[in-house]
Order: sequence, then structure tokens, then C-alpha cells
Amino acid sequence: MVDWLHNWLFTTFDFFPEWLLILTWTLWKIIIIVAPLMVAVAYFTYAERKLIGYMQDRVGPNRVGPKGWLQPIADAVKLMFKEIIIPSKSNKYLFLGAPLLSIGPALAAWAVMPFTDTLVLANIDASLLFVLALTSTGVYGIIIAGWASNSKYAFLGALRSAAQIISYEIAMGFALVGVLMVAGSLNLREIVLAQAGGFWNWYWVPLFPLFVVYFISGVAETNRAPFDVAEGESEIVAGFHVEYSGMTFAVFFLAEYANMLLIAALTTLLFLGGWQPPFNFAPFTMIPAFFWFAGKTAFMAFLFLWFRATFPRYRYDQIMRLGWKILIPVTLIWIAVIGIVRFYTPFGFMG
Amino acid sequence: MGIDIKRFIDTFTLLDLRRGMGVTGRHLFKKKFTIMYPEEKTPKSVRFRGLHAQRRYEDGTERCIACKLCEAVCPALAITIESNELPNGERRTERYDIDLFKCIYCGFCEEACPVDAIVLTGILEYHMEDPAERVIDKQQLLAIGDEHEATIAADRKQDIPYHR
Repeated sequence: MVDWLHNWLFTTFDFFPEWLLILTWTLWKIIIIVAPLMVAVAYFTYAERKLIGYMQDRVGPNRVGPKGWLQPIADAVKLMFKEIIIPSKSNKYLFLGAPLLSIGPALAAWAVMPFTDTLVLANIDASLLFVLALTSTGVYGIIIAGWASNSKYAFLGALRSAAQIISYEIAMGFALVGVLMVAGSLNLREIVLAQAGGFWNWYWVPLFPLFVVYFISGVAETNRAPFDVAEGESEIVAGFHVEYSGMTFAVFFLAEYANMLLIAALTTLLFLGGWQPPFNFAPFTMIPAFFWFAGKTAFMAFLFLWFRATFPRYRYDQIMRLGWKILIPVTLIWIAVIGIVRFYTPFGFMG
Repeated sequence: MGIDIKRFIDTFTLLDLRRGMGVTGRHLFKKKFTIMYPEEKTPKSVRFRGLHAQRRYEDGTERCIACKLCEAVCPALAITIESNELPNGERRTERYDIDLFKCIYCGFCEEACPVDAIVLTGILEYHMEDPAERVIDKQQLLAIGDEHEATIAADRKQDIPYHR
């Protein structure tokens, strides 16, 4: 299908210069990934409001459209028509550039995401490294937003966010090292293929502590509750995006939710067997691979919302303590355990 | 200094966090308390103190005798009364204004009134589009009273046993 479209484009329009065709083809591929992603993000915000409402014995948004299904669209339209206020003492270029720096990496990381065995935009060898690099780049958007706003609250939020992301990046990196040791590859597709078989072959079983640590770090990385000191409504108003309004705010918002979905998708790929069904027989293998991937990602995304509905915010020093004194030692110990099991016992996790 | 083994295990298996998530997880499926406001409304007391109204006797004459007790008792000074005398010697108000922005809906005017003329009705859904509309005059008060006389009388009647 993809090859056919590619051939059709390049043969039918071969009177155009080749660079234009390549550009068109690439743009199409980007749109095909980003447009559904944006819809998913929009409805993720709706799901968040609904679910948290239900967990608080309320019903959530239900006025715009049937059962409130048009709520995210109404929100988007409202934000688009609002004025973008630029504080007079801010650095205008950085102020407007920060949201872009924030959403760019959040979307770019999806380029290497293997949705199914064959459906992957860029099947590069070090895709895990690529994703890790891009998710850390997102912090620049936050720091620059905090600095360019020229506001105390934004600045404090940015500082907190930077310290937090750097701390949890380490635990996250070590958790991934465990996955790499077992899978023997940096390619996300091969990591998933190494988990072939039933759900007992997925890495969340042998790497359970790393699975938990990775997901907790992921929550911290995206500045979500209970690690949302960077935004901390009750302490520093809205943190780094306190001065943003209208579309610039919407872009930060989109980036945050795209990042959440990204972490959920990565957890699925690394620990929950990606697009693989939990059992390799009839009723389970009949469901298309993409739906397994989407379903698992949706479940991990649901956990983000469940956490937000449940846990009170960590204090700043508690976040640092958890990151440095608990999560990092746990991952280090488990990496050592994996190493010993891999090389000194008859059952290494891979063949 | 001994390590509390149980606490150690509980912490590392995230016991408290799992319990907390259990609570929110249960509430996810519980009955919701939300009342869909414009379609659904909560029951209201007969003593509810909403928008003001002036009542008439059954023969159509105004109850108000311009005694100005309400004006005197009003803690927010929201009531303004000017009165004169009719040819038959009865006292009547020629001006009776209530400033709805000043009014604190305490209901003292209703309690002070010797003839049950000024009352606070159960109406709570009203608005004005111009700040000048906040002052309602005698004609408006009487109109509200005429429109809702049935409910006003029924509410008062239901409340009588508690006034003795």
C-alpha cells in the first residue's frame, strides 16, 4: 500500500522536479502521523477531564455536543481566538520560540515509533537513543519559557522542572540500560521483536522493577501529577507557562499531552511487547497488531490520569530524594542482577 | 537502630500508593452526585429568600400601608420609601424602590412587615443586563407579586405552624 502510493506519486507527477516529490512525500508521511496524534491528544484531554470527574463522583464535561464529545474542539477554537499576550519585559523571540521548542521534540520522537511490525516512519538503528535524546530536549522549551517570561513564578517553575527532568533522566536511562542488556538492540522494532511470544515473554516480567521505575520517571519527566511542581497551581500559579495565553499556551498544553502519550507508547514498546498480542492463538491474533499497540498505550495513558486523580503533589525535596536515593539505586541493583543472570546462570533472558 | 522489615516491604511494593489508587478506582464506578442544573433542580425550602415581591389582598388593594418598618429595619439600606395619604385617609407608598445590589437577602423586611406586604419569593434565576435595572420599583414588585401570588401564599401557609 505504502509502496504503491509512493510509486504512484513518483510516476504520475514525474514532470515535477524530484526534490519537490520527495518533499511532498515526506510531508504526507508527517501529516499522516501528526494529524491522528493531535486528535488523540485532544481527546486525551477530554478523557482526562471525564475520568478525573468520574473518580471524584462528578460527570465531567457533558454540554458541548453529545456527552461532551465536542468539548476538545470547543477548547481548541477558544484558545485559537484568544489574544497572545506578550509581557512587555519579556524576551519576545525566546518567548514565542519556547512553545515550539517544547512541541517539536514531542512530535519528532514519534518518527521512530514502530506502530506495527512494518508501520514505522524511520526504522533507524539507534531509535531508542533518538527518543531518549529528544525527550530530554523538551526541557529546553520549559527553561526558555521560564526565563523569557521574566516572571518569578515562571522562573521558579522552569528551575524546578529542569532539576527534576535532569534527575529523573538518569533513572530513566538506567532503566533503559536494563532493556538494552536483555534485548541486545537499540532499535525499538527489534526490542519489540525480542519480546515475541505470550505476555510472559514481555520484559515487564523479568524487568519488573525497571518497568515501575521507568514509568515513574516517565511521569516525572512529563511534569505530571504527582510530580507537577513545575506547574504547581497552588504554589507558583502555573509555573513556567504562567505568562502564556491563547495559542502559545495551547502549544505547551499539546506538548505536555503528546509527551504523556509518547511515554505511554514507549513503555508499551519496551516493556509490554509493543504490537504483540498477549497470547499467540486464535481470538487474540485476529485483532490487528496496531490495535494491540494502541490498546496498551491507552492503558498506560490511563494510568497517568489515574495517578493525577489519586496522588497529592510531592514536595520538591521529596522528588529529589525519590529520584536520586531510591530510583537510581534500584535500577543499578537490578542492572547488576540482570548482568549476573545473563552471564553466570543457564537461563539468560535471550537466546 | 533496627530496620522495620514490614514497612520496608510495604514501601517498596508501593502499598500505600496501591491503596490510594484502589479508592479512586472504586469511585470511578460509583454513582455520581452531579445534578444537571437547568434540567434538574434540588428541592428548595419554603423559606427560601430570593427575589422580592409585593402582595395584594384578594380584592386587589395593595397590602402595603407605608409604615416604613422595612425601610427602618433594612440593614443594607436597600429600601427607599416615599408615601402620601389617599383622599379616604389611607396611607399608601408613592415610591417603593429596592436596590437589588445593596440587598443582602436577610429577610428582615418580610419579618418586620405587619401586613405581609413585602415578601421574599423563591425566585432565584433572574438577571439584569444594565446596572440601572438593579433598582426595582413598586410597579415591578407588585407585578412579581401578582404573577407568583399562588406560590407565595402556598409557601407562607406551609410555614405558618412554625411561626406560633
